[in-house]
Amino acid sequence: MTIAVSRRAFLKASTAVGGGLALQFRFPVPSAAAAESIATEVNAWIVIHPDDRVTIRIARSEMGQGSYTALAQLVAEELDCDWAKVSAEFASPNEHIRRNRIWGSMSTGGSQGIRSSQDYVRKAGASAREMLIAAAAAQWKVGTDQCSAAGGIISHRPTGRRLRYGEVAAAAAKLTPPQDVKLRDPSQWKIAGQPLHRLDIPDKVRGKPVFAVDVALPRMLHAAIAQCPVFGGNVARVEDGDALAMRGIKKVVREPDFVAVVADNWWRANQALKKVKIEWDAAGNGQADNQSIEAMLRAGLADSDLPKARKIGDTQAAFSAAAKVVEAEYRSPYLNHATMEPQTCTAWLKPDGFLEIWTSTQNGEASMAAAAQVSGLPLEKIEVHKMMLGGGFGRRGAPQDFVRQGVAIAKAMPGVPVKLMWSREEDMQHGFYRPASIVRIKAGLDAQNRITAMHTTIACPSIVKTFSPNAALKDSIDGSAVRSFSDMPYTVANQQVDYAMRNGHVPVGYWRAPGQQNAFYRECFIDELAAATGKDPVQFRLSMLKDGDKNRGVLEAVAKTAGWGTPLPAGVHRGIALADGFGTYSAMVAEVSVNEAGEVKVHRVVVAIDSGYVVNPDTCRAQAESNVVYGLGSILYQENNVKDGRVLESNFHDFRLPRINEMPKVETLLVPTGGFWGGNGEPAILTLAPAVCNAIFAATGKRVRALPLKNQDLRRAAPV
Amino acid sequence: MFKLNVNGRDRNVDVEAEMPLLWVLRDELSLHGTKYGCGVALCGACTVHVDGEPTRSCSVPVSAVAGKKIVTIEGLSPRGLHRVQQAWIDHEVPQCGYCQVGMIMSTTALLTKHPHPSDDDIDAAMTNLCRCGTYARVRAAIHALGEGSSAATTKKA
Repeated sequence: MTIAVSRRAFLKASTAVGGGLALQFRFPVPSAAAAESIATEVNAWIVIHPDDRVTIRIARSEMGQGSYTALAQLVAEELDCDWAKVSAEFASPNEHIRRNRIWGSMSTGGSQGIRSSQDYVRKAGASAREMLIAAAAAQWKVGTDQCSAAGGIISHRPTGRRLRYGEVAAAAAKLTPPQDVKLRDPSQWKIAGQPLHRLDIPDKVRGKPVFAVDVALPRMLHAAIAQCPVFGGNVARVEDGDALAMRGIKKVVREPDFVAVVADNWWRANQALKKVKIEWDAAGNGQADNQSIEAMLRAGLADSDLPKARKIGDTQAAFSAAAKVVEAEYRSPYLNHATMEPQTCTAWLKPDGFLEIWTSTQNGEASMAAAAQVSGLPLEKIEVHKMMLGGGFGRRGAPQDFVRQGVAIAKAMPGVPVKLMWSREEDMQHGFYRPASIVRIKAGLDAQNRITAMHTTIACPSIVKTFSPNAALKDSIDGSAVRSFSDMPYTVANQQVDYAMRNGHVPVGYWRAPGQQNAFYRECFIDELAAATGKDPVQFRLSMLKDGDKNRGVLEAVAKTAGWGTPLPAGVHRGIALADGFGTYSAMVAEVSVNEAGEVKVHRVVVAIDSGYVVNPDTCRAQAESNVVYGLGSILYQENNVKDGRVLESNFHDFRLPRINEMPKVETLLVPTGGFWGGNGEPAILTLAPAVCNAIFAATGKRVRALPLKNQDLRRAAPV
Repeated sequence: MFKLNVNGRDRNVDVEAEMPLLWVLRDELSLHGTKYGCGVALCGACTVHVDGEPTRSCSVPVSAVAGKKIVTIEGLSPRGLHRVQQAWIDHEVPQCGYCQVGMIMSTTALLTKHPHPSDDDIDAAMTNLCRCGTYARVRAAIHALGEGSSAATTKKA
């Protein structure tokens, strides 16, 4: 792989000299005709070349969700350039630090990429457009009010004179950016809002080296890693004589909590690693197992003095007055992210004291911070090259364990670039898992079968406390542990949500749509109440949603399109679910059959999504499809079981992913109502488990209150 | 020393007989398009063609493929894009893209055997794992190729 080190180095040098905006960079161009062309940074987000090519800087990471393209669309929309001439590149985390965090947040998670940067990236585009117009007007010695810009060309309306962006970019960059810019109304969008082809796909189908695992540098070595199988444990003793005698082995690196073998080929490193005799100190965690974790969570449920994530009215009084009380207990296992690209980090501690890193990160700044912590270097002396991620799903944001390890290995091999790649087995057993949880829900109904009270007790580890043990949580509540209950849209007069934070030794993390288990629990329980009262699940939900609540819109849209209440083929049954999250409203209908053997087949999924605005409808649809497949694996097969302090599953044979034959038909209804910006990377997963499990109830009369389904007996009862 | 024919070119590699082809390609020959996903032939990210057969290179020792014709994504179409790659662009198939090289190699092999594959043919041949959920688009792209209309797409602006 030829990495654009020279170009980036030149950018850095130029930045250092210029020290701010309005910089000119010289890029080496391979064409003989244009021995050298000068590209201009009009502002931090936009570089314009003399031939009108536009490079848009992207601060967030690309892990498949498509915001690399969608963010470029937002900038290009306001810039009003020719989309055919647009390319994108990741903003440099090193420059970001040295330029006072000029690109805003680099964190890529929580379906935030577009919704929390749309305002400033659109303003960057609009600001640049106004500067380009002003530069052209100055050249023509006319007022800017007589000029307009479209498609990368500035026109002087009275005379019909025209200048291309590439002709005035250098002059524009010297101007003071406007204070206020007006953004286009999305109804006027020409580039944003369109299903444009993604910018990253051509390289990906060619097999170009875009991923962290593809990094290749002169004299680079490869590292394989073994971490203590028991979470929290340490290396006690290492015998590496046999490994060091093997072909191609350069070094065995011992750190407090891992051993790595460095070799001239990753397979050799991994083979030698198996020959290293390592004794581990389990640090007191070697006894933990499924049973002890369940006991821990149950002790939480039994705690009578829990912090409250929501308290409305008086549930106790309402239960006393209720005509009927319904109770249920739901649970979910730990779940690994299992990104297809294992965790990877190449680190190179260079002789000049600069540390260069190439990694798959959901947060370039977090990678910088982790590298600084381990290396002891100031941030200015570190660069993180953000590669395309072979999947993220929350694994590569907060943890940064792979960066810390990569830098530790680089310190042991100064001057030599070393690429650390985890084996699948390490990846499966050293994740930051979706928290296991147990939830008890109790509802009171009046004589008219209306819900008068709902009391939910949630026992669940805290993700925030995993990453920041000393974090001060407001009211002792971790928001992602209580979501969907603490912010339930149903108008129940008396509500209480208790949170039992019980943190075991298994590290937990942000797994796509963190807290999504609660949507499964809540929406299945609502279905239980609808069944207990003989009400239609759609009408039952609508009766508890206020007028004007956007949840109503998606629920009605999905029911209509899915043909709720209309006949289905024999053996196929429907389930419905509703959940808002990540700023977006979504509802889903799943069509499911269960055969004699109790095997579940999901045939069709219809999902309605209201994210306010849609920047690229095709990538939003792709994200809905993605959420269905990602969720389906967790519903059907996936769990991470704990025994002797460690995770038992090790690869895709015991942590199964759905294959193409299991893919349901997915119909995505994008119903944006405007006026707000919601995310699209996660919402559609919230409703999948409850919609499928509610359909299973319709098919079998059996309630699924624990996942995955492989552990549930859904065989039909013997015919009566 | 093993003599391999990779993408039409003879290459001599001095490696252990048991080194899987994947690691010869990636770390000895710098052909990084072929990916590691599981190391045990489950995921298909490492799929290449060996004498035209789709093969999981993570689980084939180099000694077993000496003298055979190996084709990787880099050699799939020496000039321009292969029609499968073009269909992948037209149908906007990849998301993260990590598994897609394996998907494309499996598809090209499938279409050689079954120019007009049925859904069952696709289910049987396309056992590659994708974590992002591109399966519906993979199927749509294959069907479009089977109908001989790889470039035909009207869904894009």
